Amino acid sequence: MSPSIEQLEQMVADLLAEARKLGASAADAAVSSSAGLSLTVRMGETETIEHTRDQGLGITVFFGQRKGAASTTDLSPAAIREAVGKACTIAKNTSEDDCAGLADATLMAKDYPDLGLHHPWPISPDEAMQTALQAEQAARDLDPRISNSEGATLSTQSGSFIYGNSHGFVGGYPSSHHTLSCVVLSEDGDGMQRDYWYDTRRDWRKLATPESIGRQAAQRALAKLHGRQLGTRQAPVIFRADIAPGLLRGLTGAIRGHAQYRQASFLLDSLGEQIFPDWVEIREDPLIPQGLSSAPFDNEGVVTRPKSLVENGRLETYILDSYSARKLNMQTTGNAGGVRNLSINNGSMGLDEMLQEMGSGLLVTELMGQGLNPVTGDYSRGAAGFWVENGKIQYPVEEITIASNMKEMFRQLLAVGNDNDIPGSIRTGSWWIENMTIAGS
Amino acid sequence: MSNTLALARETLLSPAGITDHHLQQVMDKLISSQVDAADLYFQYSRLESWVLDDGIIKEGNFNLEQGAGLRAISGEKTGFAYTEELNLENLLEAADSARAISRAGQSGSIAIAGCNDLQTLYPARNPLESLPDARKIELMKQLDAEARAADPRVKQVTISLVAAHDTILVMDNEGNLAADVRPLVRCGVNVIVEQNGRREQANAGGGSRTDLHYFVEEQRGLGYAREAVRQALVNLEAVDTPAGAMTVVLGPGWPGILLHEAVGHGLEGDFNRKGLSAFSNRIGEQVASPLCTIVDDGTLPERRGSLTVDDEGTPGRNTVLIEGGILKGYMQDKFNARLMGMQTTGNGRRESYAHLPLPRMTNTYMLPGEQDPGEILGSVKNGLYAVNFAGGQVDITSGKFVFSLSEAYLIEDGKITAPVKGATLIGNGPEALTRVSMVGNDLQLDPGVGTCGKDGQSVPVGVGQPTLKVDEITVGGTAL
Ligand SMILES: [Zn+2]
Repeated sequence: MSPSIEQLEQMVADLLAEARKLGASAADAAVSSSAGLSLTVRMGETETIEHTRDQGLGITVFFGQRKGAASTTDLSPAAIREAVGKACTIAKNTSEDDCAGLADATLMAKDYPDLGLHHPWPISPDEAMQTALQAEQAARDLDPRISNSEGATLSTQSGSFIYGNSHGFVGGYPSSHHTLSCVVLSEDGDGMQRDYWYDTRRDWRKLATPESIGRQAAQRALAKLHGRQLGTRQAPVIFRADIAPGLLRGLTGAIRGHAQYRQASFLLDSLGEQIFPDWVEIREDPLIPQGLSSAPFDNEGVVTRPKSLVENGRLETYILDSYSARKLNMQTTGNAGGVRNLSINNGSMGLDEMLQEMGSGLLVTELMGQGLNPVTGDYSRGAAGFWVENGKIQYPVEEITIASNMKEMFRQLLAVGNDNDIPGSIRTGSWWIENMTIAGS
Repeated sequence: MSNTLALARETLLSPAGITDHHLQQVMDKLISSQVDAADLYFQYSRLESWVLDDGIIKEGNFNLEQGAGLRAISGEKTGFAYTEELNLENLLEAADSARAISRAGQSGSIAIAGCNDLQTLYPARNPLESLPDARKIELMKQLDAEARAADPRVKQVTISLVAAHDTILVMDNEGNLAADVRPLVRCGVNVIVEQNGRREQANAGGGSRTDLHYFVEEQRGLGYAREAVRQALVNLEAVDTPAGAMTVVLGPGWPGILLHEAVGHGLEGDFNRKGLSAFSNRIGEQVASPLCTIVDDGTLPERRGSLTVDDEGTPGRNTVLIEGGILKGYMQDKFNARLMGMQTTGNGRRESYAHLPLPRMTNTYMLPGEQDPGEILGSVKNGLYAVNFAGGQVDITSGKFVFSLSEAYLIEDGKITAPVKGATLIGNGPEALTRVSMVGNDLQLDPGVGTCGKDGQSVPVGVGQPTLKVDEITVGGTAL
């Protein structure tokens, strides 16, 4: 059986005690344990049933200003002793680092809210199969050109995690995560296309219906049929809402403290600078109830708070943990472990109105490859989508690339749509960028 | 191999008190009259990584992973469960979960068979202990110093050093046992350079299935440091990439990622069994120019993608995928091979005991042709010379693939001229290789840094190729 919260707390306490015994001046530890089910059906039949059971523990020890870390998936006392011992050995070999250490004790989350992250799904493999089958069947029934399926998958996980450190902080909470996805193929003579749709929630009762997920997967795959290349040109580009989160991740990657102090960012030293048009507001809210990335404290025990990253188009803050904050002579922003629940303000236009406003240009619905250079901001990626003329979609396009520089793209943001009902932890509508280079035939 | 098996038993089974009798008990529970195939997979891995940044040894990390994965297959259905705690009780419980895919039924008891003697492709030594910690630190500091001394424009240097030691033991439902002890080391150098306010970065590195001496020998580590600086300085001079379709010459070695993305994934057995790949049902057809012969070879000694046995216990193999442009075969694991009436090709791989095996590539490369690389470049009036890549991706259904260039130059009148930045190549797998018009005599394998992702599972792979000329491919850039 999975260990209880009390057992996990005891494990963290034992780990910290073991580290102290071995001479560590400070330490922190995190332990997690989860169990779940992942079931895939394909072409009307069960394909795989996976019973997942994950556990793990990580410890960081400090010997003065030297640091060492270790992790293990084996939680037996022998393995734990080995891991702590190894972390201590490593700490004797790393360098003195002025900035190393735990976050300040005064910043620890004292009382923190219950964010309602735990909603275990008492679902049997049979019921899971039925749900997945409904999604796949809805996709296959939508149109005879849905010729094949990669399957529908239901996965559900629930577990607990505890973090503690030698300031005496111990905190943790249970959480759950449920996802239903469907991938199908369309075909009609001149080739096959594949697309997917999904939903993911903390509370399984909030998941979109299997039928709607299946239908959307099928509609997306059908819309891609008969794609053609475009001629090479420059044109305005709209990134549809479901792929727009990647642009916000480009921003957060560039304003991470780590990228700033290493001078490896295309937004180097841009605190207070105008990086977007002045109507743009970008916020992080780690405390959204049932939020997919919500957390009451960060990976160092520091209390998390909602904040503006961009206000009136200006960069308000970097994204810092205690280490990068010390490197930059700043204060941690409670972002050890990353950014939690981002959103951008939207205008009043839906996607159709944005296409109308744009007149002619490219609607991008799919991106391929990792073509962002984090140091220069140069952006060049494979893309597919639709060519738009007279404000209406004309035909699907594929095998093209779009290129610009991310700094330019941010400055050239003309509008964000109100079509922000997308799955995941980032809330954004579609982004309309004034001009990019499209390469094709 | 029998030595490897003894080692694996000693590492995986003895400490947990698991005997052959226990293995039989667990397998008996896992199989029933409706189960066509089943396996038990035990794994014990240790990984150590170090990071030098800002001139100091900033981080060191040790990871321990251990567990067993149990799989039962009935027709096209697979049941799977795993446990991190290795004891009989947990194994029996996991067997109960995994077998739930089929209705319970009677089954006979299986006997544990021996295993074949195999020549191992890499040493069983533990690479974590191949150098004393102090020597690992010294090596990283040497690389840092080398990079900083190479040019005053170097502003940041990050060195990573990783050593992993993986022991696996797999038993199938016929009682066959196979084991492997897999070392893997990798070293990477990232540098940031600055000139007149412009900053650029570059990466270089390498690795193999040996130990950390690999980076000391032949000054390989120092070579990575010099190479990263050279590439970063080239990028400082790079101009915007012209956008549009053009002739592209791909350099030897790492650009073989083209083969991995454009054809490799599309030739994996699972996608073809399900009819999902642009290459489905095309065996015997012309899918590349007659100059192209492509293999997936898991038997190269000490290469990053090599496997003495795969994760289903099948010995690594050299499989011809495309010969003279004709599609010859797919890469298979046991499950997909059985359903397609084919033979496994030793490509059954899994990231860990907590993942199901899938057909995956090992070292995928194109055999050399006859042309001199200089001749190939000389034949291009206007085009692009692509030397280094940052990574790629493919949609196996539409066949569309992309990859990002990290070092590339314009070719003008047969000569290499200005370096270009931020270029992306995009093409269609089944078409791209039909446009190969020249193949060099300079086959090279990559330096040993490749990692392939599929279904959320990462495995180490290798690629390689000689210099290639592709008559037309779409180049993404900003310049018109
Ligand atoms: Zn791959």
